[in-house]
Parts: sequence; structure tokens; C-alpha cells
Amino acid sequence: MKQKKDVQQGTLALMILKTIDVLGPLHGYGIARRIEQISGDLLSLNQGTLYPVLLRLEQEGAIASDWASSENNRRARFYRLTRAGRKLLETEKRDWEQTSAIIARFFEVKAQDLP
Amino acid sequence: MRAVHRFFTRLRNFTAMRHNDERLREEMESHIAIQAEENICAGMSPEEARRCARLKFGAVEAVRENYHAEEGLPFIENLLIDVRYALRILRKSPAFTAVAVVTLMLGIGANVVVFGVLNAVLLHPLDVRDPQNLYQLRHQQWMSGRLLTNSYPAFEDLRRRNTTFSGMAAIDAYSHASLTWNNAAFSVSGDEVTGNYFDLLGVQPQAGRFFHAADEHGTDSAPYVVLSDALWRSAFHADPGIVGMTVELNKHPFTVVGIATAQFHGTERFVWPGYWIPMLNEEQLDSFDYLHARTSISVTVIGRLKPGVTPQQATENLNAIAAELANEYPQTDEGLSYRLIHPGLIGDEGDVIRGFLWSVTVLALLVLAAACANLASLFAARAADRSRELALRVALGSSPRRLVKQLFTEALLVSLLGGAAGLATAGLLLGVLSRWRPAAESHLAAHVDARVFVAALALTLISALLFGMVPARHAWRSSPMQMMKSGPAEVLHLRRFALRDLLLGAQIAICTLLVTASLVAVRGMERTLHAPLGFQPQGAMLVNIDLSQVEQSDDVALAKKKEMIDAARSIPGVTAAGTVNRTPMTGGLHGTPIFLPGTKDFKLNNSVLAPYVFQISPGYFDAAGTRLLAGRDVSWNDTAKTPYVAIVNETFAQNMWAHAPAIGQHFIVSGNLTEVVGVVENGKYHDMQESPQPVVYLPISQGNQGESIFVVRSPRAPNEMTAALQRAFGGILPNVPIAVESWSETLQDQLLPARAATVALGVMGLLAAMLAVTGIFGMAAYSVSRRTRELGIRVALGARKAQVLSAAVGRPIGLLGVGSGVGLLAGIFLSRLLGHIVYQANPRDPVVLVGAVLTMALLGIAASAIPARRALAIDASTLMREE
Repeated sequence: MKQKKDVQQGTLALMILKTIDVLGPLHGYGIARRIEQISGDLLSLNQGTLYPVLLRLEQEGAIASDWASSENNRRARFYRLTRAGRKLLETEKRDWEQTSAIIARFFEVKAQDLP
Repeated sequence: MRAVHRFFTRLRNFTAMRHNDERLREEMESHIAIQAEENICAGMSPEEARRCARLKFGAVEAVRENYHAEEGLPFIENLLIDVRYALRILRKSPAFTAVAVVTLMLGIGANVVVFGVLNAVLLHPLDVRDPQNLYQLRHQQWMSGRLLTNSYPAFEDLRRRNTTFSGMAAIDAYSHASLTWNNAAFSVSGDEVTGNYFDLLGVQPQAGRFFHAADEHGTDSAPYVVLSDALWRSAFHADPGIVGMTVELNKHPFTVVGIATAQFHGTERFVWPGYWIPMLNEEQLDSFDYLHARTSISVTVIGRLKPGVTPQQATENLNAIAAELANEYPQTDEGLSYRLIHPGLIGDEGDVIRGFLWSVTVLALLVLAAACANLASLFAARAADRSRELALRVALGSSPRRLVKQLFTEALLVSLLGGAAGLATAGLLLGVLSRWRPAAESHLAAHVDARVFVAALALTLISALLFGMVPARHAWRSSPMQMMKSGPAEVLHLRRFALRDLLLGAQIAICTLLVTASLVAVRGMERTLHAPLGFQPQGAMLVNIDLSQVEQSDDVALAKKKEMIDAARSIPGVTAAGTVNRTPMTGGLHGTPIFLPGTKDFKLNNSVLAPYVFQISPGYFDAAGTRLLAGRDVSWNDTAKTPYVAIVNETFAQNMWAHAPAIGQHFIVSGNLTEVVGVVENGKYHDMQESPQPVVYLPISQGNQGESIFVVRSPRAPNEMTAALQRAFGGILPNVPIAVESWSETLQDQLLPARAATVALGVMGLLAAMLAVTGIFGMAAYSVSRRTRELGIRVALGARKAQVLSAAVGRPIGLLGVGSGVGLLAGIFLSRLLGHIVYQANPRDPVVLVGAVLTMALLGIAASAIPARRALAIDASTLMREE
């Protein structure tokens, strides 16, 4: 059986932003569910931990929220990306790609590659 | 930008005390409901579905806490909670809080006062432009308290010939005058300064103008006077119209050109001159021309260096000039080498004052350290009493960090309260000190300024850290397991008591040291008061009459003086009366060179001794209470027509002729071959600290008639004598101001440093004693209260009173012994430190040692008496019922 990984510190916010970016307004449960799905159920997520992060993102102005009815007529708070959030997502994404590219080069490096 | 946005949202939430508990609850509910629905769809039973949903959601409380943490400003919120909680705790035990606050108030207050003075005297720069580049010329050798270093002609030579100073000014700060304006007369003192003085210092007047070098056109050409702010206020009711008016100083008209600012008071920190006049006009005030006399050492020289010149280069330059002058004027200029100091602290007294202040600062910090040790043990005892509460809180999930924060908040709160109280008290004391005028024109301006405030705050925070550490350490280790296993305060018993023992021991050692220091100061003071002065100020009155106002020849003046002495003698109750040109210990003394008989070339290098010379009338020794050891007093029959005679003191006789009898020996003074006709006892002439000085007394009937001070001895009360003398002298010299003072009073100034030191150390000693009492009392009372049960069992098992006592208060008393011993040893090793504070400090003095031991023993007994009584009163049956 594959070991489930804990969510790395700081990456949860990025995952949330990207999820809302792709799927449009979502409620908390929806976001949690999607993150698990997208990760191919490889991530173990205490779904509750999502809410403090959502609150912070909202305070930072990256997302906004409103009460609305869900698909099966339940009242739920729906989160959507703001303009600032989209910009934030882009910078975060660039940063992340850069970091992972750098790390990747370190993994690929071999002794003979270096002069 | 995001962070700012977020901070403001949080701040808004925080200030509005808004908690979105509702929002979170709703969200959680909807989340779990949706999850449960999905679980049901997946085939679970409703029960099972809800349970799984909740499990998946995670720990609700943890989420809520994180959510709150994101929401507001948790740091400040927690701080507020801590403060509120600490206030509640402190209010719950008002006695403890009061003791702690008062202890700190005393400790911090003492330090702030000392620092306030230190700040005013040492740290605060002089109120002139670029004080760092202002120097005062001193001679190389030690001349305690003597400000005057040069003759005016020598100053002129220095000013003209030097290549290193951009400017040089001379000051004679011993100027006195009677100021008359609108028929009112004031006796005032001030400075006579060269015209460039104000420009050299770079100061501006508050009204009118200062005089300048351009105002000087030869002797008596600049009858201008600048008033100090204080004199302007007291004598002229702060009337700005006085500028441009003419006032009289010693009957000579002077135009008031300007008024100095309230802050400006020249270059001496403790002296506040009343006026400044150009030195060129000095003869009108002093009735004595020193501008052309190389023998009259009457000016202090200050100067500013040219840019780029080091003090070292300037000193070499000055020394070269001094050597030249000694060559050119061998009879008057000694060619003493120079050094440069920063003006402000009465010349060389600077080192003494600095040493004194820093030493007192050290002692004040020791008081604070003792106070902190005291508080630390108090807080530790409380923490021990609260171990149950602390353990409970740890068990309920409070992190040790949180507990430590809480306890520190308490300590900080107490110390802020104490610090504020201390600062307020110190501010009041400094205010009193600033208003206090030990003499007419001397005082110190010490205020609570930003620096003092910061120092007080720093001391407060440091103390909080020091005594807060002990309970915090306790809390850090508090463990619910151990609390469960045993009753209160038994677990860490040995260790904790070791720490508290150490604290109390250190506190007692510091206190003993301080008590020793204050005893040393008191002894030193006593010794100073009883030091042989060579005269008896008690029962003697001094009469100052300005004879210069009466135009007359020397012969007439002499006759007048004789008449006045006779008049004083005829007052009922007067036992003796005489005159002297200057009473001892009034400053401004300089040696006069004397030569052996047969000397032809009166170069300074050929002189054998440079004694102080006084001019006296017959009867002065009787009036002053100076004992004549051999020979005779001077008499009215010693006149210019008879051989010159002199009376010398023991030191002079010893230095000149060793053991041979001095009577009948000769020496040359002021060019006259003089015979010694009498020898008097040694005394103090310039200050209390001086070593025995050679002195020559010459009869006024054989010299010039200068200033004379009448000394009149009588057992009658000073106020009666004042009236009688005013009447007697007023009849002879009508319309001349006559000032009568008792001699003891005029000497107060001289004893001021010793008095100040004694008061300072006395207060510290007292504070230390109080701290020692509260410390020992606290420890003894605490140990008795904690061990009541054990002591009860001992009593029940038949322990005798002595055993109960030793169990109850043995440890504090033992600590008292050890601590006192350490403190006494420290006192002996720190005698150098004490030496800075008190003249002739000797902690090895048996009286001091016995006194310190007795004091500490008494304090110990006093402090442990009540706890000991309580221990003895323990009754096994009462205890049993209580349990």
C-alpha cells in the first residue's frame, strides 16, 4: 500500500488557489474533496485544517466568499478567486516552478557533469 | 501589500472584538453534513456516516484555535489576557503586591536619583557651543580645588604667544560686589571675564547683548555688566527695561548691557555667577589691580584649540611658553608645566567627583540587586505556593511557554508599578535637589530628562527579568505527575531551597556591605567634624565690612580698624576680637615665596618655601581660638618703624629649622627681613583634605591695608551678637553695609561634600537594612508557615523549644551569619571604592566592624522574632483539628 503523504507546510494555500482557479467557486468541502482527488488520494488531509487557511487567504484579499446554495440545496459558503488572488497564484506558481526546476537539476546532476 | 491588508483586517477584528465563531460553526456543520450525505450515498448507515465525516474533518478544537489565531492578533490578545489575569492575581494578595512594589520603588528610585545627578554632573555637556573643544589650563601638579592658575600678565603672554589655540579667555570667579539700584543694595557674586569670553563660549543672551573684545579700550574702559537670569529675576523683578540702565557696583556706575539665558551659568557646573563684568574694570570692584601684577595669581584660563591641533601639541606649546616666561620673569613665573582638562568640575576636583559618583552608582545598583534578590525569593515562594495551580494548568494543556509568559507578565507588571513609583519619587527628590542652594550662587540643576527616563525604564525591565526568572524557572519544571505523587512543595524541596538560600545569602551580603559603607561614611563624617581645624568656629562671629568704599590712606584705615576692634571688645560678653585678611577655608589661597636671610637674587628657584601668608591684627589668635605655642602675639607696637616680625605655624617652623627653636630666627618675605616672634598650632587653611601646610602670619600694622574680616568671640547668642556688632560698627562707619555671620555657618560649605556623602550612604544603608529585614522576615515566616505540620509533630513528639526554634528559623539565622561575613569581607576589599566616597574611609575600623556586626545581628533578631514566636506557639492539638 502506498504511504499517504501529509500536506507540506505552505503548499495548501497554493493548492486551494489553483483548485478554485480551475473549477470556479467552490465550498470548503468541495475544495477539500478536489484536492484529495487531484492528488490521486495520495495526500492525507485533515479537512478541518482547510478553514484557517481559507480565512487567511480571504483576509489577504486573494479570495472572497459568499453564502449560497449547494447542488443538493444545502447552504454553504462558496469561495471564489479575486483579481489579487489570480495575480498571487501566478507569482506563486512561477516561484514554485522555479524552485522545483532548481531542485530537479540537483537530482539529475552527476559527478561527470561538473567541470 | 497583502500582509498589510491582512494586518488591518486582523486589527479591525481585534479592536471590534469580533469573533466569527458563528461562521466557522456553520461552515463546519455544512462541511460535515455534505460529507455525511456522500458517505450515506456510498452505503454507510447514517450513524456511521456522521462518525466518519467527523473523523475526516479532524480535531474540531484544534481547527477552532488555528482559526482564531488567524482571525485576530493572538499575541496581543494573549498579552491582554495575561495582564488581566496578573492584575487579578496581584489584587488577590494586596500585601504581597504592596511589599513588592515598595521594594522596587526604593531600589529603582535610589538608582534614578543617583543617575539623575550623574547625568547632570558628568553626562550632560556644558551649555556652550562645542563643549568638547573647550579646555581649561591647569598646572601639572595636583592642586585640589584651586581654580586660579595664572597671573593676568602671564595669561596675556600665553594668549599672544601660543600658536595652538584659536581663542583664549580668562576668568576670575571670585568677584564680589555690592549692587545698588533704586536705593536697594544687594550683595552679589559673579565673574570678571575677558571681553572675548562670551564669543569664545559661543552663547547668546536672552535680552540685550553681551560685551565683546571690541568693547575693550584699556583699563576701566568697559563699565558694562551682564546679569544672570536669576539675579535679573531676584533683584530686578525680571524687568526687561533694565537693559541699558545704569546700576552701581561698589559705587561705580555700570551699564546693564544684557541678560544671560536661564541655562547659562559659565563653565562651572555647581556655580551660578550673578553677573559678568569685563576684567578690564576689575579694579573698580576689587579695589586692587591684578591686571598688571605678575605676583597675583588671579585668573582661570580657558581656550579653544585650532582645528586639527591635538591637546598634546597644545600642551607642548604652552609648556614652551611657560619656560620662556620663567626665563624672562624669574622672580614671578615658576615655569610650571601645563595640562588641559575640560572645565566644569572645579578643576581637579573632577576626578574626585567622578570617583564619588561612579562609586555611589555602584552602591545604588547593589541596592537594586538586593531588592531583586528579595523579590526573587518572594516570587519563588509564591510560585511554590501556586505549584498546584500551575500543575493543573499544565495538565489542562497549557504549554510551559505560556505559563512562563504568564509569570513574567506578573513580574513585569509589578516592576512597572514599582518603576513608575520610583521614577515619580526620584523626580520629586531631584526637584528638591535642584532647588536646594547650599550657598547663594551654587546649586546643581538635575532633572528627569529623556536619558534619566530611559535609564529608569531599562532598570525596571532588567529587574523584572532578574526576579521574574526564578518563578519562571519553577513553572518551566512544573509537572502534573509530580504534583499528583506528592503534597505541595515537597518534591523540589532541597533544590528550590538551595536557590532561595543563595538569594537570601547574596542579599544579606550586599546589605552588610551597604551598612558597612554607610557606617564608614558616618565615621568619616564624624572624624571630619572633629578634625583639628586650628581654630574654633563655634562661638565666633565674622564681620565683613567693605572698607574700600571709604576713601582713605593706609594709616587712617589702620586706625579705623583698631578703633573697630576696640569697639567690638567693649561689647559686653566679647572675650576677644581681631582681624584677618581672609579667613581659612574660603578658597583662593596661593603660596608666597620666602627666602633665606642673605639671598640677593629673588628668583623663584631660590625660594625655600611657599607658605600661605595671612595678615592679622593683634588679638586675632584669641578671637579665632588658635593656640599660641611659643613666643608672643603681634602687637600694635610692631609698626613700619620697628623690625619686621612674623608668627609661623608648626609646619613652617619644622620645615625651616627642624627641631631648633623657631623664635628669633629670620627669613625674607616680600623683600623684608623678618623675625619669628611666635609659633602657633597647625590647622586647615584651604580645605579639609589638605596635608599640613606652612603658614606665616604678618601683623597688619606692618603691611598694606587690604580687605579685613573681623573675628569676634563671645559666648552670647549669634543673633544678639549680630545686632550688637551692627550697632557698634555702624557708629564708626555709617552708611557702609556690614555683614555679620557666625563662623560655623560659613564653614558649612566646606563640609558639604562630606555631608552629601554621608546622607547618600546613610540612605543606602537604611534601604539595605530594610531589605535585609524584609528578606530575613520573609524567609523565616515562609519556612515556619510551610513547616507548621512538621513542627507540630515535633512538638507532639516532645521537642524542646530550642529545637523547634532551630528547626524554624535556624536556616535564615545561619544565612545571616554567612552573608554578613561575606559582606564584611567584601567591604574590606572594596575599601578603595569607599575611599572614593569618604575621606579617610577605613572599613577595618573596629568601631565600623563591630557596628556592622551588631546592626546585622539586631536586624536578624528583629526580622525573625515574629516567625519564631509563631513557631513556638504551634500547638499539636489545634493542628490535628485543622487537618
